[in-house]
Amino acid sequence: MKNLQFSVLRASRGSQLALGAGLLLAAVGCTLPWWGQSSWMREFNQIACYFIFASMWNLLAGYGGMVSIGQQAYLGLGGYLMLILSNLCGVNPFVAIPISALLTALAAIPVSQLAFRLKGGYFAIGTWVIADVFRLSFANLGVVGGGSGTSLTALADIERSTRESVTFWMTLSAVVATIALTYFFLRSKQGLALMAIRDSEIASESQGIDVGRVKLGVYVVSALGAGVAGALYFLGNLRISPDAAFSVNWTAFAIFMVMIGGLGTIEGPIVGAVIFWALNKFFSDYGTWYLVGLGLMAIVVTLVFKQGLWGYLQARLGWRIFLVQRRLELRQPYPLNGKTSS
Amino acid sequence: MWSWIDTLVQGLMLGGLYALFAMGQSLMFGVMRLTNTAHGDFLILAAFAGFSLLSAFGLHGVCATAAIQLALLPLAFVFGYGLQRLVLNGTLGKDPLPSLVVSFGLSIVIQNMLTEVFTSDPRALDTGELNMQSLTLGDHLSVGILPLSIFIIAILVVAAMQWLFGRTALGRAFRATSDDKEAAQLMGLDARHVYGLATGLAFVLVAVAGTLQGMRTTFSPTDGPAILLLAFESVIIGGLGSFWGAFAGALILGTTQSIGFRLDPGWGVWFGHIVFLLMLALRPQGLFPKTR
Repeated sequence: MKNLQFSVLRASRGSQLALGAGLLLAAVGCTLPWWGQSSWMREFNQIACYFIFASMWNLLAGYGGMVSIGQQAYLGLGGYLMLILSNLCGVNPFVAIPISALLTALAAIPVSQLAFRLKGGYFAIGTWVIADVFRLSFANLGVVGGGSGTSLTALADIERSTRESVTFWMTLSAVVATIALTYFFLRSKQGLALMAIRDSEIASESQGIDVGRVKLGVYVVSALGAGVAGALYFLGNLRISPDAAFSVNWTAFAIFMVMIGGLGTIEGPIVGAVIFWALNKFFSDYGTWYLVGLGLMAIVVTLVFKQGLWGYLQARLGWRIFLVQRRLELRQPYPLNGKTSS
Repeated sequence: MWSWIDTLVQGLMLGGLYALFAMGQSLMFGVMRLTNTAHGDFLILAAFAGFSLLSAFGLHGVCATAAIQLALLPLAFVFGYGLQRLVLNGTLGKDPLPSLVVSFGLSIVIQNMLTEVFTSDPRALDTGELNMQSLTLGDHLSVGILPLSIFIIAILVVAAMQWLFGRTALGRAFRATSDDKEAAQLMGLDARHVYGLATGLAFVLVAVAGTLQGMRTTFSPTDGPAILLLAFESVIIGGLGSFWGAFAGALILGTTQSIGFRLDPGWGVWFGHIVFLLMLALRPQGLFPKTR
């Protein structure tokens, strides 16, 4: 046994190639404002915000095991804080985005104390109640237009092309940051702890993991990401209302994207967001039938393809882009019957 | 002074309706630990089923509505049993995610199908004159006959559920499967069948609540989630596993909302939510916990 040689694999040629391609795509994407149309940038802004939000839901549910139906609370809060900071406090809207995301994350700390008193399915609906409290509170806040909402007037002085380009670059950086941070977080020690907790809370606690702290950390990070998505989305949208900002549809679409793509994988939300974007482009004219289709698809995928489309392909073909696992590779065949060859 | 007492009484009546919302939810929580996020949407579906049956037969008046309501109950049972056996049983397990996603998907499907068929206009079930009639108590107080009847029905339903769980063979099967599924199966119970019966019964309660909601007020295809939240809050305030607890939770919620609406129409629902969150903060196990 002592001659056994092994190495721990944390990357593969395929994953390196895909990462390179992704970086190249992002670099080319940066130049879009010089050759693309402004409608493309708007479309990218919308789907990117859905993607960031879905990734955060995936982090919470797929890795943290906390299934929430109330993440729209933080999306809406991020949007409203961005608007309040820019319209009422005179902060530059682009600067307001990181500030509002940080404030959203701060707000998640006291809220988590209530939400964490519920487990499993109860947690899911409890978070929905909390999101509804946020919605009703902003709907009764006259200074931001109450139930009918208000417009982002602070951007009026900024030239249109500058506004669109800066919004686009901020969105693109947020997407890259979301993927990169999730990737490095999951490869880190804390990421390992998180996945251990998902698999068994009791077992990981007995191994010395501070379960409460890791869960709180993930919850806060997920709120931060949702806050970024909300601030960016309503920066692009220029208008906010409580029913749009705190709509449960945000979480419904996030669940759809993550379940279709594959829960608990980094690629899942990416694949899901692309599929969602395509479906939205071609079928959203069908209105209610389109939504019926999305609902049915989520049900069928959950019942039949339990790991999502990406997970299914991954399992069948062995594809991996973002390797967060540690895989053991033996440099020589494992000795059978205890006999070593050398 | 009298007007505050009136607010309180109306709140209790409202709470009676909420208690009916909560019963089906409480049953499914209790037996299967299943969080049915489409609970409110099924309730609205039942109201629409009543509405379409009434218009299909061209019936009017409170007697016709009551007859249709009774006719819906066996249908609801079969529907619930089938849904559990064919769809929901496949989602049960330690992980709450599959059942949440599937029921959430069902919620979206139901809401949009109903919008497609019935448009988003609010509808109501015809109750003839009953909606106008009220019982006068003294000089200052009057209670609508319909809300009062709903309140009494709620008490009867809660008592019946408590009796069913505590005293009958079916209730014993429910409790046994809930406590230890494997052991219950070793004793000869078929868990899938027991779960089907539980959901069937839950859907009977959903149909009762949905049609009564339709008689008392209007309903539209997207009302479901609000009802789900009310049902859930009642169950958690009352304490898991206790039907009388959920009843008490619903009354607390109803009166709080009623008082809130009186202070400011915009904040009524908000006050209800806040009582729920305060409960979570101060007494997370609920008022009368009976965790099984």
